[in-house]
Amino acid sequence: MDLTRRDAVAALAATGGAVAVGRTLLDDDQSADATAADADVPEDALATLVAVAEVVYPDAATGVDDFVETYVSGRVADDDERRAGVVDAAAELDATARDWFDTPLTELDPGTLDGMLRDLRVDASDPDPNGGIPGRVRFYVVNELLYAFYASPTGGRLVGIENPIGHPGGTESYRRAGMEDHG
Amino acid sequence: MADAAADRTPAPRADACVVGAGPAGAIVAARLAEAGHDVVVLDAGPRFDLADREEQLDAHLRPGVEGLWGMGGERDAYATEGPRDYPLNAARVKGVGGSTLHWQGMVMRLHERDFAMRSRHGVGADWPLDYADLRPHYAEAERELGVAGADDNPFAPPREEPFPLPAFPPSHSDAIFAEACESLGLPTHSVPNARNSEPYDGASACVGYGTCKPVCPSGAKYTAERHVARAEAAGARVIDRAPVQRLVHDDAGERVEAAVYATPDGTEHRQDARAVVLACGGVENVRLLLLSASESYPDGLANSSGLVGRYFMDHCFAGAGGRIDRETRQNHVGFNTTECHALYDGTDPLPGVKLEFLNYAGPSPVTQALDADDWGDALLESLRESYGTHLAVGGLVEQFPDAENRITLDRSTTDDHGNPVPEVRWSIGQRTRAAIERANEVQVAILEELDAEIDWVVGPDATGPAFHHMGTTRMGTDPAESVVAPDCRTHDLDNLWIAGSSVFPTGGAMNPTLTIAALSCRLADRLDGWL
Repeated sequence: MDLTRRDAVAALAATGGAVAVGRTLLDDDQSADATAADADVPEDALATLVAVAEVVYPDAATGVDDFVETYVSGRVADDDERRAGVVDAAAELDATARDWFDTPLTELDPGTLDGMLRDLRVDASDPDPNGGIPGRVRFYVVNELLYAFYASPTGGRLVGIENPIGHPGGTESYRRAGMEDHG
Repeated sequence: MADAAADRTPAPRADACVVGAGPAGAIVAARLAEAGHDVVVLDAGPRFDLADREEQLDAHLRPGVEGLWGMGGERDAYATEGPRDYPLNAARVKGVGGSTLHWQGMVMRLHERDFAMRSRHGVGADWPLDYADLRPHYAEAERELGVAGADDNPFAPPREEPFPLPAFPPSHSDAIFAEACESLGLPTHSVPNARNSEPYDGASACVGYGTCKPVCPSGAKYTAERHVARAEAAGARVIDRAPVQRLVHDDAGERVEAAVYATPDGTEHRQDARAVVLACGGVENVRLLLLSASESYPDGLANSSGLVGRYFMDHCFAGAGGRIDRETRQNHVGFNTTECHALYDGTDPLPGVKLEFLNYAGPSPVTQALDADDWGDALLESLRESYGTHLAVGGLVEQFPDAENRITLDRSTTDDHGNPVPEVRWSIGQRTRAAIERANEVQVAILEELDAEIDWVVGPDATGPAFHHMGTTRMGTDPAESVVAPDCRTHDLDNLWIAGSSVFPTGGAMNPTLTIAALSCRLADRLDGWL
């Protein structure tokens, strides 16, 4: 189940200020790199988010790198406060990995990273942009990633709905008896 | 939101001052302004920026983000008294657009019986007009709101003109319900929606965000902002964040001279006008009249009858839901496409019951994922288990007018301007309870016809209001028995008019906004002639 930039754009469509970015990407994939650069998300933060996505996404998901980078870049492109929240939470996760395992987060194997997130209680914490580390990681990292995935048509389709809430997928799908096969 | 420093000083002259920029006030304002009158609209809440709608959708879907329409807080403080708490701050929006900002958008005409419940059945109250009187205005209202519908409802009152837009086709789950209902002798039909099935009036067609209530980012769902824009295009002045504190009348007590309103900097201004139209909902209309008590009207303005605030009505929810052994395809869209009015016009039960077949039953994978305590393959597995086989049938049940259900002032609690807050007393009578039970019987029978495993039933003990505030400034011909005359002008004051569902003598079980719009069209015609 391959995630695409188009999926990332679809998930962005419901997130507000980044819609224009998404539309640009849809119109011209060549602009994606420039847009990501403009968004000014540090490479190490993006790499951390991709590593977390590999854990919180189902194993069937592929194409995670491009999907996450496109989504996150678009998501924070015109929102300095959110960008700071995402970057800070990613940095704190990476610092935790270095502290606990003496290694960068991106070099942890998925099982170890999964355990670290659970030991931090990120799985059981309420998302809170102003809370402690677990709440902020849940808000800025895990829930951002899960939202991007399950509000996209490809992620939704994995569950059984090609037009999930938040995705402006038109008024045809609700009339069908089954999922449309997009291959 | 709009600039807090915007000019909020009064207009030098106004033919009409409209208090409230929800659908009732906005329609009146637009039509009066387009007729060439000088119109000022005052709204207690802010003007919301259309460009923020996607962010609001995002805030709605994500746990940890609060606030969509600024509902609640000291500004919106209220009290409840009596047998049931009333969740007022979930039930209305103060702001330009009013509660259409977060409504779902179902717009049915009242049935003929709704106008004559006293004459026909000896209960409730008759309206001083009948369906035929309102019928042309219903057609106007459908054009004003851009209603998508089909003439396929065998129980609907007669109509001659087509709906402005084609109906949304029924959902897959509607088809499942239709089979069961047919077996039970319950014909189903389309739902008229104030939602664009095609581009209309400069707004997009629905694109299926699935979050109609509380926010439509596409603009396909009607909000009163459309009429506010029309009013402004015709020269009306709209002042937001301008809660009216009181109305001031002349020495003779025959005419309202001005609306006194406050602005965010704490200043009070006085907007003089030849006519004043109250359009701030069934609760705040009452509060403003009561806050405007004077020597001439010690019990509140326009309250010679003593009935201002009485006969508060809402619609009660009844519903049942569960799961079946078939794909139901829920949560693609956030609105309904099929209903059943078969229980509405009979006498068993006497209170009207309208059945709604929900397209948003069961959890959405998106919101469930964000609340989950797990991730990865385990989360996917739980989402797959949860999604796809839910069904629910809801419904609205009529509540007959009861003088003891009322809005008053709680003088022990004040809002951010030091004014007493509204106090809501709401109870549910035996007839309504019985009608809810009857609705439940039918709903359960439909689900059993589908061999559903029923997970929940909302009956009379768990019911809640549908947030349709009706009846507190009722319409009638007798000044001793009503607050406004059939033209929606108060009996007591020559130039004070009331728009909205507070004038409904009875409320039926149909969502009220189309009738609000129809009455607003009619009121604007009358007021245009009067001015």
